Amino acid sequence: MQDTIQKLRSIANDATLSPAQKRHYLSLEAENMLPYPTLDTETQEALDQRVICDMYEGHAPYKPRYVLPDYSIVLAQGSEYLELPAPKTLDEAINTLMIAYHHVPSVTGIPVYIGPLDQLLLPFCDDVSDEDLYEKIKLFWRYLDRTLPDAFMHANIGPTDNRVARAILRVDAELKQIAPNLTFLYDPQVSGDEILAIASNNIVECCKPHIANHPVHAAAFDERGYGIVSCYNVLPIAGGASTLTRINLKEVALRSSGEDDFFAHQLPRYLDLNFRLTQSRIDYLFNESNFFHSFLVEERWIEADRFTAMFGVFAMAEAVNALQEKEARAGRYGFDEEANALGHRISAVLAEAVDSRPLNNAWRGRALLHSQAGLSDDVEATPGVRIPYGTEPDPVTHVEALSPHHQYYLSGISEILTVDESVRNNPEAIQQLCKGAFARGFREFTVNVASNDLVRVTGYMVRLSDIRKFNEQQGSRTNTTVLGAEAADVTGILDRKPRVVGNELYPGHSQ
Amino acid sequence: MSSTRATVSKILTYSIVDGPGNRLVIFLQGCNFLCACCHNPHTIGECNHCGDCIPACHVDALSLVDGRIAYDPLACDHCDACLEVCPISANPMVREYSVAEILEQAREHRPFLTGVTVSGGEPTKQLDFIIELFRAIKSDKELAELSCFIDSNGHLGASAWENVLPVTDGVMLDIKGFDNPTHQALTGMQNVKSMESARFLHAAGKLYELRFLLVPGKTDSDAELDSLIGFVKELGADTRVKLNAFQHHGVKGEALGWEKMTEAGVDRAAERLRAAGIDNVATPAVYL
Repeated sequence: MQDTIQKLRSIANDATLSPAQKRHYLSLEAENMLPYPTLDTETQEALDQRVICDMYEGHAPYKPRYVLPDYSIVLAQGSEYLELPAPKTLDEAINTLMIAYHHVPSVTGIPVYIGPLDQLLLPFCDDVSDEDLYEKIKLFWRYLDRTLPDAFMHANIGPTDNRVARAILRVDAELKQIAPNLTFLYDPQVSGDEILAIASNNIVECCKPHIANHPVHAAAFDERGYGIVSCYNVLPIAGGASTLTRINLKEVALRSSGEDDFFAHQLPRYLDLNFRLTQSRIDYLFNESNFFHSFLVEERWIEADRFTAMFGVFAMAEAVNALQEKEARAGRYGFDEEANALGHRISAVLAEAVDSRPLNNAWRGRALLHSQAGLSDDVEATPGVRIPYGTEPDPVTHVEALSPHHQYYLSGISEILTVDESVRNNPEAIQQLCKGAFARGFREFTVNVASNDLVRVTGYMVRLSDIRKFNEQQGSRTNTTVLGAEAADVTGILDRKPRVVGNELYPGHSQ
Repeated sequence: MSSTRATVSKILTYSIVDGPGNRLVIFLQGCNFLCACCHNPHTIGECNHCGDCIPACHVDALSLVDGRIAYDPLACDHCDACLEVCPISANPMVREYSVAEILEQAREHRPFLTGVTVSGGEPTKQLDFIIELFRAIKSDKELAELSCFIDSNGHLGASAWENVLPVTDGVMLDIKGFDNPTHQALTGMQNVKSMESARFLHAAGKLYELRFLLVPGKTDSDAELDSLIGFVKELGADTRVKLNAFQHHGVKGEALGWEKMTEAGVDRAAERLRAAGIDNVATPAVYL
């Protein structure tokens, strides 16, 4: 108890956290004083050893991890609960969304999905000039970044080429904000090369947007569609994900005597334990938390049976390399065909396992496999199925090595392709790489242009100039602006949290 | 399919600096210029099988078989020590490729490719191969949409250009200097043919880009830049001009003693061109 008091005190008195951040961390500590949802001993042990992981979502899942409201409902009907009439003008529509976002829960408290903005706003734009549209989107964008400062807050545009999508791309390239994150849904049959070219130019400007392979995603979901949310998760609209659990494949490989033991015993065992963990968390949310007694359900922004469970894996690279070593094979993941093929086989086994294991209270009765992009404290465990940072081959070889994985990870998989600065003279190359990646089955295409100020870390954005500014000031100014505790490795050097962060990476307050 | 084969120094399946989009680049061995400032000098010479490189290879990937250099790509660890010792700036690791083999590579990477570029060396030294390759691409259903580009120093006559242009979409052409003694000192050759080529290609609508290498104290003078401006205006002020900056990366020999071109220097030159009404000026994104 003394420890707990001390921990609470250190949060309350932290010099680097804002009052809102303190409240958030205090609430997490309070939640975690409750006993964990019931787990059997074996599952508990695997969780304690972090072979399986609950992303530190908390001991009492009283809200789903990710919520994707169908915002078209509040725009069409208004909200009785929020006392909002149905909007009639673009200003009213944007205002309605701005209000709606503050009522959408998530694991961090900040909405991870702000909707297919072009599709939502287009019906209100008939009498709005292009210049007015641009000005209004600009104010909206500024509002989002300043009041919902989280790099995991995600907007979608596309697949059509339209005025709102273009205005958003124009504003996003101009403001170069960390939030919101942005994905352009690309459909070669619908989108056209022109807007893909604009998106490619934006990537050169600010490493945004991500480009999603729309036909491939659409085929995995139903007619109500999907949304791209947070740090590359793909989930049903009007639903979301109750929880995200994950298996550390490296730890499973290290516990195996060799490839045969891995496939025959260790992997099936930890798959089973992770399913048990997942079901236990879903059970609490559905049966005990009373979450679904909410106006969100009553007004049909969300439907309880549209929430899936994300079944995550990470450290594929280390797992494959560990198994290669145990089998006395030299080839490394990402570079050697045999090693790559072993990785592809693991993904196929994972997909089959997820597909054949029923879960209660999950969309379609199953979890969805996810290539999980990491937490700030993952050490020597590469996100998802990625090739370890700094060792990646050229983008074409990179895509060829990883594309066979993509068919399996329906709830999201992302690779970061690094392209050098020469691409500034040749953005057409980005378009071509994107088309090539999609032709190979990539579900999603993300490029980091080396040396851009706004760069991606695991999947969220940081500004290098923020870090540089801090470095220059170090020693002369400390504790002036209270920004936060720590961010990812890159921003970890800051000792304080930038104004805009990725809260999901930091499941709790650290000392 | 004909049996024409090319001597190839290297093939890249990913290049974003050899023409528009992402390109398959075939670096052909051998050059008719001898530029001190060359950034890949090992592509200049053609192997005479002297065997001097054999002792330099620490993995025994090189040997003499019937008086000719034999190279074992599986043994090679790409340390490039053989390139360092070659007395004639050649490359014992070159491989011969048929048109069919290049087409196979293009097919394998087709979705990632905007086009194919032949570079070098001076690729037009192997013009017959280029013509056959480009012709084959243009008549292949799967590959026909790939654009076919040549990266050249322009040391080629009009009649030879006429043979290749029907199957060529664009040429990136280097002018190494406008003052002829300077050009001669830099390359060992006169610049007349290069300038004629630029005019010819422009008139044919195939000059994609005119390239000019800025070397401090040699080609960055006001007089040189004004000659460049005059020449571009003669072609047409909308000609795309790429200013390159002399750097030390890859360079061997005396040119390592030359000063590197700075970003500020390139910007100044670009400004001078723009002020003279030449709008389409590209500058390097990276300085190595």
